[in-house]
Amino acid sequence: MIVARMHVRIVLALVIAGLLGGCASSGNPRDPVEGFNRAMFAFNDGLDKAVIKPVARGYEATLPVTARNGVANFFGNIADVFIGVNNALQGKMPEAINDFGRVMVNTTLGVFGFMDVASDLGVDKHDEDFGQTFGRWGSPTGAYLVLPVFGPRNVRDTAGLAFDLAADPVGNVESVASRNVLVATRLISDRAALLPADKVIEEAALDKYSYIRDAYLQRRRNLVYDGAAPRLPDNDE
Amino acid sequence: MKRLIGFMAAVLMSSVSLAQEVAPDVLVRNVTSEVLDILRKDKEIQSGSTKKAVELVEVKVLPHFNFQRMTAQAVGKAWRQASPAQQSALAEEFRTLLVRTYSNALTAYKNQTVDFKPLKMAVGETDVTVRTEIRQPGAKPIGIDYALEKNNASWKVYDVVIADVSMVTSYRDQFRQEIGNDGIDGLIKSLQAKNKAGEAVAKK
Repeated sequence: MIVARMHVRIVLALVIAGLLGGCASSGNPRDPVEGFNRAMFAFNDGLDKAVIKPVARGYEATLPVTARNGVANFFGNIADVFIGVNNALQGKMPEAINDFGRVMVNTTLGVFGFMDVASDLGVDKHDEDFGQTFGRWGSPTGAYLVLPVFGPRNVRDTAGLAFDLAADPVGNVESVASRNVLVATRLISDRAALLPADKVIEEAALDKYSYIRDAYLQRRRNLVYDGAAPRLPDNDE
Repeated sequence: MKRLIGFMAAVLMSSVSLAQEVAPDVLVRNVTSEVLDILRKDKEIQSGSTKKAVELVEVKVLPHFNFQRMTAQAVGKAWRQASPAQQSALAEEFRTLLVRTYSNALTAYKNQTVDFKPLKMAVGETDVTVRTEIRQPGAKPIGIDYALEKNNASWKVYDVVIADVSMVTSYRDQFRQEIGNDGIDGLIKSLQAKNKAGEAVAKK
């Protein structure tokens, strides 16, 4: 809880710093604090290149794929609890029951979540968080924001993130040492899963910052609609 | 020369699909299955040969894409102000960029399987989205959706949406940025530079 509150404070401080900075903007209406965001993006990119990516590479090289899948499944199972809560908050009861069913099956048959038995049984995983819940409730997205370490967000998802963190069982583990190990392992596990995407982004993007921003904004929009977002008009502004 | 062969194959393929109308979901399924079959057998692509993957894409996949429309969408409003020469330069460079990106993604293929979602299509529909899902053990399925339009009795893909991210709209802001800074010729130049850099990487 304390960690979460600290995060909220950091996030708020940064948002205010960004706004006060009166940052240069290329006039993209969805990205009014582009100057701040680009600086943050460069910081995150540097951190990734220097620390996170090399560790994720080592993790990928050391652990066999079954073990890595086990770790990803373990954290995925914990996340499913909150995916279920968010589906319930959005009034999507069949989906919420599906998610809680996944947790029950994977925690028992899947041995504490290390195996994703539920997916094999055809009970598919969902992707929900508080940011999407707020979106469902009609909250506008607000400006695009790049947060330190957490990366791309928008104002709505930043607020969502604060709730996600407050509710995060891993971040609320009592023992500081085990909590740190768990949080770090989850970060590296998540990053390792994204390693194949790096090459594609490097190659595809004229401007990596814009490319990731647009991908993020599109993806969040679609997630709120659960993948059935109406197609944007061909010549939108 | 290789490009010429690719082009001739493309002409051949498109005349084949003109001859008999193929439903959009059948088209996506056929092309995907064919490409996956080749990927499973081709040791060179599996070991990361981008050149081989590009050949595969040029022959099997490209004929079913409408690059003119994809480029027009990505460029947005400025497309109409571009001269025909600029338009074809843009389409050519954008095509090269997408083909290389897509081909490289193919070299990462391991043992994923593809699920095809049933297509709901009304009679006389000329614009549909065919949904597929890439499944891999231990990970969430990744959606790949193909937007197709019907033109002269044949269906052509005009956008690919991977994990909710459209290949085409992802370029809109980048393109607008380049055009805002250095005009349409500036965008053509930076696409050319990007493609040159990509070629250099692919060669090594």
